[in-house]
Amino acid sequence: MTAQRFAGTGRLVRLALRRDRVVLPVWILAVAGLAWAMVASYESTLPTEADRISTVTFSASNPMARIFDGPASGTDIGAMALVEGWKVLAILGALMSAQAVVRHTRQDEELGRAELVGSAVVGRHAKLTAALLLTAGADVVLGLTVAAAIAVPSGLAWSGALAAGMAAAGMGFVFAGIAAVAAQVFSTARGANAVAGAALGVAFLLRAAGDLTGTTSDDGFVVRSSWPSWLSPYGWGQQVRPYFENNWWIGGLFVGLAVALVAVAYTLTEHRDVGSGMVPPRSGPARGGAGLRSSFGLAWRLQRGVLGVWLVGLAIFGGAFGSIGDGVEEYIADNDSVREMFTLIAPGAEVVEVYYTFVMAMLGIAAGGYAVQALLRMRAEEMSGRVEPLLATATGRHQWLAGHVLIVAVGTAAVLLGAGVSGGVVYGAMTGKWADGLGDITAAAAVQVPAALALAGFVVAVFGLLPRWAGPITWFALAAALVMGQLGALFELPQWLLDVSPFTHVPLVPAEPFSAAPVVWLSVAALGLGALGFAAFRRRDLAIGA
Amino acid sequence: MEPVIQTRGLTKSFGSTVALDGLDLTVGRGEVHGFLGPNGAGKSTTIRVLLGLLRKDGGEATLLGKDPWRDAVELHRRLAYVPGDVNLWPNLSGGEAIDLLGSLRGSQDVARRDELVERFQLDPTKRCSAYSKGNRQKVAIVAGLAADVELFLLDEPTSGLDPLMESVFQDVVREITARGGTVLLSSHILAEAEALCDTVSIIRAGRIVESGTLAALRHLTRTTLHVTTTTPVDGLETAPGVHDLVRTDDGRTATFEVEAEHLGALVAHIGQHGVLSLTSSPPTLEELFLRHYGDELAGLSGNGTNGGNGGGPSDTGAGARRDVEDFARRLGAEVAR
Repeated sequence: MTAQRFAGTGRLVRLALRRDRVVLPVWILAVAGLAWAMVASYESTLPTEADRISTVTFSASNPMARIFDGPASGTDIGAMALVEGWKVLAILGALMSAQAVVRHTRQDEELGRAELVGSAVVGRHAKLTAALLLTAGADVVLGLTVAAAIAVPSGLAWSGALAAGMAAAGMGFVFAGIAAVAAQVFSTARGANAVAGAALGVAFLLRAAGDLTGTTSDDGFVVRSSWPSWLSPYGWGQQVRPYFENNWWIGGLFVGLAVALVAVAYTLTEHRDVGSGMVPPRSGPARGGAGLRSSFGLAWRLQRGVLGVWLVGLAIFGGAFGSIGDGVEEYIADNDSVREMFTLIAPGAEVVEVYYTFVMAMLGIAAGGYAVQALLRMRAEEMSGRVEPLLATATGRHQWLAGHVLIVAVGTAAVLLGAGVSGGVVYGAMTGKWADGLGDITAAAAVQVPAALALAGFVVAVFGLLPRWAGPITWFALAAALVMGQLGALFELPQWLLDVSPFTHVPLVPAEPFSAAPVVWLSVAALGLGALGFAAFRRRDLAIGA
Repeated sequence: MEPVIQTRGLTKSFGSTVALDGLDLTVGRGEVHGFLGPNGAGKSTTIRVLLGLLRKDGGEATLLGKDPWRDAVELHRRLAYVPGDVNLWPNLSGGEAIDLLGSLRGSQDVARRDELVERFQLDPTKRCSAYSKGNRQKVAIVAGLAADVELFLLDEPTSGLDPLMESVFQDVVREITARGGTVLLSSHILAEAEALCDTVSIIRAGRIVESGTLAALRHLTRTTLHVTTTTPVDGLETAPGVHDLVRTDDGRTATFEVEAEHLGALVAHIGQHGVLSLTSSPPTLEELFLRHYGDELAGLSGNGTNGGNGGGPSDTGAGARRDVEDFARRLGAEVAR
């Protein structure tokens, strides 16, 4: 009887492996690559013990560093890199695992595939079991790959690397369990993924509270987190403290919680119908409201959620960076190699000005990320066949396109200015330098707008000219801009290559005086590329959805 | 009078696949025009070219006297489209989707919309993600048929509907034509086309192979006669245009098919033998279709140059032949139903 419930699990695992043979390796390699980059950048920027001491003292004493990075764990280079790097391992590991579980459970049910599979010789628990086996396997591989990426190129000890890998895999186990429960409760894949994402957010905030209120050791190199950190699996991962304490026993916490969650998920599976959730879908209005009577109204309805998340997210980051501004001056005064880097970028500028130029360059590329994501929604709408009935009405192609493009263009500016104003207000409130804060930081954000819009224009052009490749090309372009901006100088890339990225041309406000020419040219490029996209979209066949 | 839809030699390819291969289609005002053919024959491609969603490679196409690509928006105010498979915005309710599409066209009749929601028994408060295939289709049908326009392009509109809703759909289409609307109804459900259409065009491999009124098309094919006479009808075996003869009752009862052009002469001849009973069954659209495709079948087995159908991978005679056989089999099942 019990065995029957798991009938067919093996075959389903093979199906899942076949379906994910590209997705999961890409996730794993990307996370491992980031882990490697994090360790490498710490090695190159903090070569001496003195550098490390000043940095770790700053991290341990600064509230924002405690909130975003976590508890400082001594001056070992591996420990320092992994305190900051944990967010990448934790967040990406959790998302990879949650999405994999949802993909092979709730998504299949939602799309009707599970019904077809369930009608074969497949037990009631087989689908969930197969999804969990696949994900747990991927998490173990992730942990080992991350450990190798940390230990092999750097020559750091394997023990710390394996401890970090264990924490990443443990995070994956727990979020696979959370997703398994959510997939039983909610009737849509979107809903289940959203719950897993929200759980990740709560886990982050719990441990942020714990780390913020923790105590600092006498030497000032170590933060002991207070109890809220221990309520969060995200916090557990930090308490493993790789290269400092290597607390292996915390692996048991991850496994224990994951097993408990999986047990709950199995119990729920036992008591529900295939295809339905535990939360009935809400009903909506019987009539379309005034806001939904135009293609612009629909575009707004489809775009507003993403825009809201980015607005709030970048405003929080802007505020966080604004709050550190004051501390940066002291930090840099004590840190020779970082100060050298700063003066290299903008000789003669104040340290805090260079810092904000830097921060806003990062946020400019982040805003470019918003533009790419939001504009590719158009491609998703087209591919799913939802544009076809719209364009069969009296809605012109340009009208439809303009709705989305206008929202994203204004949204890109809003996201950046929101981050700038938020940074300026926080900086002003903490230092009393309101004019500097609001003026300089907002200006630093504003000059990024034309560059982000040039990238947006590029997305529109690709959408018009090469729709089939719109996704890969534009994400690659964004990644390239990110790499050139952050690592271009490090890798000594040739200038002509750097010049391809619009972000290379942004004037270094406030570190250097504003110059209008690049801003004008970037605006012209944005408009020209956008116009090209509009013209091309008017001429091409509409992709007909499956 | 100027036709509502007219195409001449319309061509469209997707890469190496030829979807439309010189398509000539004419639909007059006030007609319900059946657009019949198996899957992948090019029905949807034709309609999407007429909607300006796809750009024709060659030939001519006019819709209400205008160019469907250049004048798309202007034309779309005067037409409504119901796709056969519709994907809706998962977080919008059905009612919101209907009103959105209606207001984008600019001509929604709210009373008519409410009436159709009622008649199709659609719950407009449900999210589109929660609808079944049939209910999603109802959203598309209500959004399209509630429009106060002169032309309706319906692309397999009833796929997924139950027989009750199918009959409501047929009533609504009749109401539309009673008000003077023109309908292009693409379908492979021949019973539906037979119930609704005045004229039909049969498409195969991107080309119209037969077009005309249903009555005229019937003339092209054979009628089944079942006669009982006092004396056996002589010479049936050799009479021109007689096929599939079966005699029983010492030859006094005969069942056979006769070609339309020989029907008159044959009935006169039978009349001389003391007719006790005579039933005549005109060909159904299904028979007409099968007959037509049967001819294709014979032609295809002779030479394989006719090409595959528009959407399918089969570009050999054998592949096309298999398609036709599949279609014929499906039709058989439909007739039985």
